[in-house]
Amino acid sequence: MSSIEVNGKSYETDEEGYLVNLTEWNEDVGKYLAQTESVEMTDQHWEVINFLRDYYNEFQIAPAVRVLTKAIGKKLGAEKGTSQYLYELFPYGPAKQACKIAGLPKPTGCV
Amino acid sequence: MADTPVAVPPAPTSAPAKPTVKVKIEAPAFREYPTIPALRADAMIDPDPYVSSAAHNEALGFPGTLVDGWEQKAVAKMGELLGKYRSLKVYMDACVHCGACTDKCHYFIGTGNPKNMPVARQDLMRSVYRRYYTLPGKLFPKLVGARDMTKAVLDDWFRYYNQCSECRRCSVFCPYGIDTAEVTMAAKEIMDSVGVGHKYVNEIIAKVHKIGNNLGLPGPALENTLEGLEEDVLEDTGVAVKYPLDVKGAEVLLVTPSADFFAEPHVDSLIGYGKVFHAAGISWTLSSKASEAGNFGMFIGNYEQMQKIAMRVREAALELGVKRIVVGECGHAWRVAYSFWNTLTGVGAGANDPFAIELQKQLDPNYKQPSHICEVTWDLIQAGRLKFNKEANDHRIVTFHDSCNVARGSRMGDYAGGQFEIPRNVIKAVANHYVEMSPDTIREKTFCCGGGGGLLTDELLDLRVKGALPRMESLKHIVDHDGVNFMATICAICKAQFTKVLPYYGFKMSMVGGVHQLVSTAIVLSNEQ
Repeated sequence: MSSIEVNGKSYETDEEGYLVNLTEWNEDVGKYLAQTESVEMTDQHWEVINFLRDYYNEFQIAPAVRVLTKAIGKKLGAEKGTSQYLYELFPYGPAKQACKIAGLPKPTGCV
Repeated sequence: MADTPVAVPPAPTSAPAKPTVKVKIEAPAFREYPTIPALRADAMIDPDPYVSSAAHNEALGFPGTLVDGWEQKAVAKMGELLGKYRSLKVYMDACVHCGACTDKCHYFIGTGNPKNMPVARQDLMRSVYRRYYTLPGKLFPKLVGARDMTKAVLDDWFRYYNQCSECRRCSVFCPYGIDTAEVTMAAKEIMDSVGVGHKYVNEIIAKVHKIGNNLGLPGPALENTLEGLEEDVLEDTGVAVKYPLDVKGAEVLLVTPSADFFAEPHVDSLIGYGKVFHAAGISWTLSSKASEAGNFGMFIGNYEQMQKIAMRVREAALELGVKRIVVGECGHAWRVAYSFWNTLTGVGAGANDPFAIELQKQLDPNYKQPSHICEVTWDLIQAGRLKFNKEANDHRIVTFHDSCNVARGSRMGDYAGGQFEIPRNVIKAVANHYVEMSPDTIREKTFCCGGGGGLLTDELLDLRVKGALPRMESLKHIVDHDGVNFMATICAICKAQFTKVLPYYGFKMSMVGGVHQLVSTAIVLSNEQ
C-alpha cells in the first residue's frame, strides 16, 4: 500500500493513488490529489467534486456521467451540462479523475 | 493511406527503472504498409498489471497470496486442466512453430515485443508443459525447450498472459486452429489457483457477487439513473419511453453491461433498446439482481465463477417470470450467453434439474433464447414493426467494428455469418451512409479494440494504446478516403477502450458509439405505441 502526506498527516492510498479510507477526505487532501493529477482546481472544479461527494453519500456510487452532466447543467447553465465541459475540467475523464480528487473509489468495469 | 506519416520503428530503449513519474504514453506511428514490426525485446515490460489483493482473491475462493509450494501446485493444476480440457492438451502438442500467427496479434503489431507473438505466448506454457508432461522434456529438458516452473517463469506468465486480450484472431490463421485465448485462460486459472490474480478482473468479479454488477452500482442508484433517463427521453422526444426495473410478468428480461447505465457513449444504446421495445409494444424489464451482462469469469478461465455469475441471470428470469431473455451490446457477454449458458445454467447442464426445466417451460419457444438485441431489432425491422427517419443519421458516415467475442465466439440469426450481417443490416436500415473498413480487419479477421479480455485498466493504458494500432490504421484509411466520422460497435469494452485511445491517434473520442445509438437517433416514436 502507498500513502500520501498532507499537512503532516499520512493517508493510505491504493496503487493508483485513490484514497483507501473515504471518510478521511478533506479539502486539502482533495487539493493534493488534484496536484498529483495536474489539475488546477477552480470553483467550477469544486462544484463537480461537491456534487460527486453528495451523490456518493446518498447512493454509495459515483453518479453516471449523464446524471452528472445534467446536474452541472442545472447548476451552471445548460452550455456546461455536457461531457465535453467535464473533460475540459478533468482531462483524464470526469468519472475516474474527478472521483480520485473527490476521494471516491474508482469506477470499475467497462468504463 | 497516401498522406499518413511513414512509419519509423521506434528506437529500442533500455529497460527503464520502475518509474516514479508517469510515463508519457504515445501512439505508434501509422505504418504506410501493414508490415511486420521491428522486434523490440524489452518493449512493454513496464508497468506490470496490478496484483489482486488478498481480500479480492479470497472473495473468489482463491488463496490470498502466493501459496507455499506453489510450483508443485501450479504444475498439478496444469495437469488437472490438461485432463479436463482436451483442447488444451492438443494446443500444447500440436504447434509446429510455422509462424503463421506471429504477425496476427494486435499487441505484437503495436509493441514489436516478440513475446507478444501468439506462438511465444503459448510457449510460455508449452515449455512448462513439456518439462512435466512429456517424456523428452522430463529426460532432456534443454534439448526440447522445456523449463522448470520457477518464479521468473511465473512473472513472465503474469506479465504476458495479461497482455493477451483473448480475442482469438491468431487462431483464425493457425493451420491447426490453436486458440491462444484458451491457453491464456488456462494460465490465468493456474495463477489464480496459487494466489496470483489480476486486480482489475478479480476486484470486479468480487463486486458482481457483492453488489450485482461490475460497476458496483447498487439498486437505488440504478433506479435513480433509469428515472433520469426517462425524463431525458421525454424531454428529447415528447414520448414517455419507460426504462423499467424489476417488473414481474414483463415479456422480456434485458441483461446488459452495467457500463450502459453509467458511461458514455454506452448509455445512448441503452436509450435505444428502450425505444425499440416501446415502438414495438413489447413489455420489458431490467433486473437489479442481473444488472450485469458481462461475465469476467470467462476472462480468467474459471468455470465456477463463470457459472456463478451466469446463474444470476437464470434466477432473475425465474423470479420475474419473463418469456424471453435478451442480451444488450456486450461482446464477451454474448459469447457466454450464446455459447455457454445452455450448459452453464440451462437444461444442457443436466436436464433433470427442476429449476432448469421450470425456466425452459417458462421461456417462449417461438424466440431464440437468449436473443441478442440486434437480432430483436432486425426481426422487428423485417416484420415492419419499426419506422425510421434515416435522414436523422445523415450527419454520420458510419463504419462497423466487429467485436472479437461476437465475431469469433458466437453467432446471430440462423445462418453462418449472421453475427456479421445482422448488426450491419440494422445499421443500414437506420443510416444512409455506410462504409466498410479493410476486409483484412473486419468480420472473422477483425482486430481487437486493444482492451478486451480483462485488460481495460489504467495501468495497462500504454499497452492498450499500442494494441489499438491496427484498428486505428484501418479506421484512418476510411476517415481520409470516405469521410467516416462514426465507428459503431456492440461491446461495452470496445466503446470504453476506443473513447480512451482514439485521441492518441488524433481522432475525436465521440467517434465511437453503439449500433443502438444509431437506432435511437432514427427511430420514429409515438405516445400511442
